[in-house]
Amino acid sequence: MMSTSLLMPSALPDPLRSEWFSLPSISEQLPYVHGALIAGLILGVLGGLIGPLIQARDLAFAVHGTSEMSFAGGAAALLFFGQGVAATGTIVATGSIVGSVLAAVLFGVLGQRARDRNSAIGVILPFGLGLGVLFLALYPGRSSNKFGLLIGQIVSVSDNQLWLLSGVAVVVIAGLAVMARPLLFASVDPDVAAARGVPVRGLTLVFMLLLGLTVAMTVQVVGALLVLALLITPTAAAARITASPLWVTVWSVIFAVVSAVGGIILSLTPGLPTSPFITSLAFAIYLVCRVIGAIRVRRGWSKRGAGSLTPVAVAAGSAQPSH
Amino acid sequence: MTERPAVQRLANDHALAASNPTPAVHLRDAGLTFGDRTLWDHLSLDIAPGEFVAVLGPNGAGKTSLLRVLLGMQKLTTGSVTVDGRPVNRGSRRIGYVPQQRNFDPTLPVRARDLVSFGVDGHRWGIPLPSRSRTAAVNRALAQVGATRYADAPVGMLSGGEQQRLRIAQALVTDPSVLLCDEPLLSLDLAHQQAVADLIDKRRKEFDTAVVFVTHEINPILPMVDRVLYLVDGRFRIGAPDEVMTSSVLSELYGAPIDVLHAGDQIVVLGTDHHAHHGEHDVVKAIP
Repeated sequence: MMSTSLLMPSALPDPLRSEWFSLPSISEQLPYVHGALIAGLILGVLGGLIGPLIQARDLAFAVHGTSEMSFAGGAAALLFFGQGVAATGTIVATGSIVGSVLAAVLFGVLGQRARDRNSAIGVILPFGLGLGVLFLALYPGRSSNKFGLLIGQIVSVSDNQLWLLSGVAVVVIAGLAVMARPLLFASVDPDVAAARGVPVRGLTLVFMLLLGLTVAMTVQVVGALLVLALLITPTAAAARITASPLWVTVWSVIFAVVSAVGGIILSLTPGLPTSPFITSLAFAIYLVCRVIGAIRVRRGWSKRGAGSLTPVAVAAGSAQPSH
Repeated sequence: MTERPAVQRLANDHALAASNPTPAVHLRDAGLTFGDRTLWDHLSLDIAPGEFVAVLGPNGAGKTSLLRVLLGMQKLTTGSVTVDGRPVNRGSRRIGYVPQQRNFDPTLPVRARDLVSFGVDGHRWGIPLPSRSRTAAVNRALAQVGATRYADAPVGMLSGGEQQRLRIAQALVTDPSVLLCDEPLLSLDLAHQQAVADLIDKRRKEFDTAVVFVTHEINPILPMVDRVLYLVDGRFRIGAPDEVMTSSVLSELYGAPIDVLHAGDQIVVLGTDHHAHHGEHDVVKAIP
């Protein structure tokens, strides 16, 4: 199968001689990766939608910690329940969902203040990663599964995984649609939100649950190490070019989808793993946005906006005695 | 808590409060106890519409807890409280709340106008659809505090003073009858302290909004304060600033010798715990 050979190290091309981009080769392989493209699209939308809330809550490190626990959960499920079973994919997915949801809710309980939370995450993260490595080493099955959860295995995404991914996406998107506004309020301004009657703690827990689900799904595709490329980088890029919550969300969805889908397509010709293409695209978009943002700030975005001269001029003009 | 110093006698026969049938804030024999620690009790206070009451006292005296009671986030142990003649309920639009300034990340995806619009419907579920009335209310509130020029700037890129103006706009956008302020001037420089205090004063004069203003530092708001509620360790005193901010009253409240100096139109309090923490601050303030 073309699709599985893409991941095999033996299929690596000689980087000096092989082609890096060829349309015929891409169109020839597309039928084999349409599942991966759908997965990339769904994940891009999910990551782009949830990203602004992650940024507003200062949760980048918690996302990283959650993804490592997702890896540990998947590895544990593979070791304890996956032996002698054909559908290891489903077992790994279930384990990684359990791991990341538990971790995300735990990080949510640890409190609102990023400083308290971050040291606790820093303690839990290496422990989870170490356990995951141990579980994988003890698993007697095929070696090609071993690092899929770390660096991603989108090309071999199965129909079952696609259905699971779609279901989770519906749940997460519906949840975010209902609670995005009070959640943003509570994230930006917890004291005032609480005074206004927003259930700040309850929202935190539900949000962390949705975040855990999203992370688990993303781990399946780009791997635990690269989750940040779809959940953090697109929003960080978008926030450089706009501060409107709506437009940050729109741009971060676009950036995440372009990174995920574009990365998969770009990886087809050289036959290399998809993850570096996804992360490089996301990083390139981020760099471009930083430059645009720096130009905006230099032109006075931080202070009076582009039209700053107009009101001053009008005020000065109206101060003159007319006629 | 049976023995009561004389300072707990209520100075509640304030002319303003007596003249109005429905006070903006009405506390009757209110008490708040956490475990075996009583923050304050037998507190009766009527705040008239448009009245400016400063709440002072050392850390832990229950100043913020009093605000939480008025916000409906904390139940009284004893007594009763009403706002606008009705029992308090959390999230009431009759109450505006201005907290301390805190720093926002410069890349936080929230503009000045978004912060204000949280005051309109930030607590509501569902996707925020574009609404002309919300936009109009937000623009009006931004104009009231002079923040129109930076309405579309990211909040994290604004100065502390500009951010506090936005918080006032956010608190006023529902047109509340009571404005609760919890150290809103903290960490602002003198010029911004004055500007923000003036905004609050202007609002209460124009719209008859009662103001309850918790602070460590009375000087920036001294010209606008009608009455002071001074809380110390379960004891309190209510009255005009001249009646409360005196050496004898504060010495009685603290149970230790306190010197209150009047330097020009500034008040310097010497000998309190709060002074030990903020002493440098006070001296700097007293110079201009």
